[in-house]
Amino acid sequence: MTSPRIAIRNGFDRAERLLDRVFGPDWNPLAQLGPLGWFLFWIVAVTGIYLFIFFDTGVHAAYESVEWLTEDHWWHAGVARSLHRYASDLMVLMMFTHLLREWSMDRYRGKRWFSWVTGVVVIWFVYLSGITGYWLVWDELAQYVAVVSTELLDTLGIFAEPIARNFLSPQMLSSRFFTLMVFLHIAIPLLLLLLMWVHIQRITEARTKPPKGLALITLGGLVVGSLILPATSQGPADLATVPRDVGIDWFLLSLYPVIESVPAGAIWAGVAGFTVLMAGLPWLPRRREGAAAEVFLDHCNGCSRCVADCPYAAITLVPRTDDLPFTHEALVDPARCVSCGICMGSCPSSTPFRRSGALVTGIDLPERPLSQVRAEVIAAAGMPAPGTGRVLTLSCAHGAGAAEAPGRVVLPCVAMAPPSLIDYIISRGLADGVAVAGCAERDCYNRFGVAWTEARFDRTRDPYLRERVPRERLLTVWAGPTEKVRLAGELKAFSDRLGAMPGFENVRPLTAEEAAEAVQEAAQ
Amino acid sequence: MSWAATWAAALRGRARHLVAGGVVSVALVLGAAVLSAWPDWQSLPEDGALLRLSFTHSGARNCRDRTEEELARLPPNMRGAQICERRRAPVHIEMDIDGRPVLTADLMPSGLAGSGPSRIYERIGLPAGQYALAIRMRDDPAASGFTHEAAFDILLEPAQSAAIDFDSVRNTFFLH
Repeated sequence: MTSPRIAIRNGFDRAERLLDRVFGPDWNPLAQLGPLGWFLFWIVAVTGIYLFIFFDTGVHAAYESVEWLTEDHWWHAGVARSLHRYASDLMVLMMFTHLLREWSMDRYRGKRWFSWVTGVVVIWFVYLSGITGYWLVWDELAQYVAVVSTELLDTLGIFAEPIARNFLSPQMLSSRFFTLMVFLHIAIPLLLLLLMWVHIQRITEARTKPPKGLALITLGGLVVGSLILPATSQGPADLATVPRDVGIDWFLLSLYPVIESVPAGAIWAGVAGFTVLMAGLPWLPRRREGAAAEVFLDHCNGCSRCVADCPYAAITLVPRTDDLPFTHEALVDPARCVSCGICMGSCPSSTPFRRSGALVTGIDLPERPLSQVRAEVIAAAGMPAPGTGRVLTLSCAHGAGAAEAPGRVVLPCVAMAPPSLIDYIISRGLADGVAVAGCAERDCYNRFGVAWTEARFDRTRDPYLRERVPRERLLTVWAGPTEKVRLAGELKAFSDRLGAMPGFENVRPLTAEEAAEAVQEAAQ
Repeated sequence: MSWAATWAAALRGRARHLVAGGVVSVALVLGAAVLSAWPDWQSLPEDGALLRLSFTHSGARNCRDRTEEELARLPPNMRGAQICERRRAPVHIEMDIDGRPVLTADLMPSGLAGSGPSRIYERIGLPAGQYALAIRMRDDPAASGFTHEAAFDILLEPAQSAAIDFDSVRNTFFLH
């Protein structure tokens, strides 16, 4: 990754560590930006429906009805109005933070392009939803937005008559125009909802709801903020005058001063350029990803664990195509597979103990097969330990243990390591204990790597870690890229703890012949 | 598990996070609330006013009388006296403020075939004050001089918006 991206990614990691302390890792808002965006959308939608009950669409009635609900009924409709506005503003903030974070974590290129490109379209629909909403209040800001918007649209030359003419004078404006705007302010958010749904189609178990605690905190913050600083209107619109000083909503309307200051052609070119650049970013340059996972039918019984564990909906079950007595087999969609290896870790055939014949599993990464991982583990076993006990570390390529180090095997995701590999390392005497160092607990680079690994070790998700593996000989460290010191400290302490323990009783040491065979097979 | 029990389980033992997170959340919302209406943007100078010229008007078509032979070839119900090109002429417009020309333009007809009306929407920012406006239009290139002319004396107050329009029924310019 390029250095500005690393700097931003590390900046996020540090900020998230701070917020881990404030909210707890599972409620960390920076790790829940997508779900928070959905939550804010629903707050905006529900409050919008509520406000519509009181809203009147006449030229004068629009402003009067908004004033009535803001002043006379501040305790319910006024609060709803503030929630509607502030949740919209926060949605913009969430959206761009989400975008920057995904970019900094390099989760927008390669097979992930679909979510990125659909997200770019979402940006514009969020803006359009907000702009049409501000229009409805019909105060000075609404007048400013209406005039500047229509003047800009007229430069396209696609309207039979300049639509800005509707705002030449008070007599020109019809109440029917507000009916149109209400329709747009309902239709555009509905399209936005559709796009948000499309945006999450290429991921499994998309999170559209934040954790309950975070939802409560967010809603509570919005209600308290709305009571302290309620949203108000500016003076009523008057087309016989020009709104001179307008209080701009800098989240949704920050482009308006630019529109006024720059020729329309430059604005349209900027909009088109931004859209094309953002949508094209996944190919500038294209990310080099490993080959997609491959299914080996002789070792696949169609158990569906890989289907359940794949974070990117890249694996499906299809009717069997061979003569084996199973009904289904796994099928990988190469266009969606990011080669994280989580499927390999989930496959019950992924057992490094096997000696008869080649080590082939049901689903494997062609560029990093299980046999190679086993050979790397054997090679790493002889390295010096950080303390008195021998530790072998399996780390992911995105957390604190991303860099190669003695005694460490770096995987695309720690969930790529099947639990039987932990068993293999300890029971074959390759190390006194195994440390699994993945991404920070709040957010896994491959979405479910941390969760699946924890569940497998806790024996609540297949494939289970075998009972015979002593839990005290297994350490999990969830640490982000800026937590190298903490990782090193935890590894040292773990190593010393292992050194103080009596040797593991059930070790059946790997023979030199077995080790040589494994390394030789991986080399073939 | 009931709805309340689900929530209670989700929040149990998290008082510190609820309070600390709540404080951060309120601070964020207040920040958003402030930025949702401040700082102001000044879209017009302190003593500025706005004059807009906007109208929609169709330029003349190039027409000629049909000959007797042409009329005879047509069905009786289609014997229009004139035949016109589909394309309309551009509308020429000139505008002066206090005798100074501020606008001269040939407004092209709209539509792919050039058969639609010509349109204009121009913003002219002015300091508040008294102005003498003169506007001239020629919608038929065959006409000598201008086909429509008008003059207005207006007093623009600060932040006032005035607009010059064209009434196609009365065939004259007027001030909004």
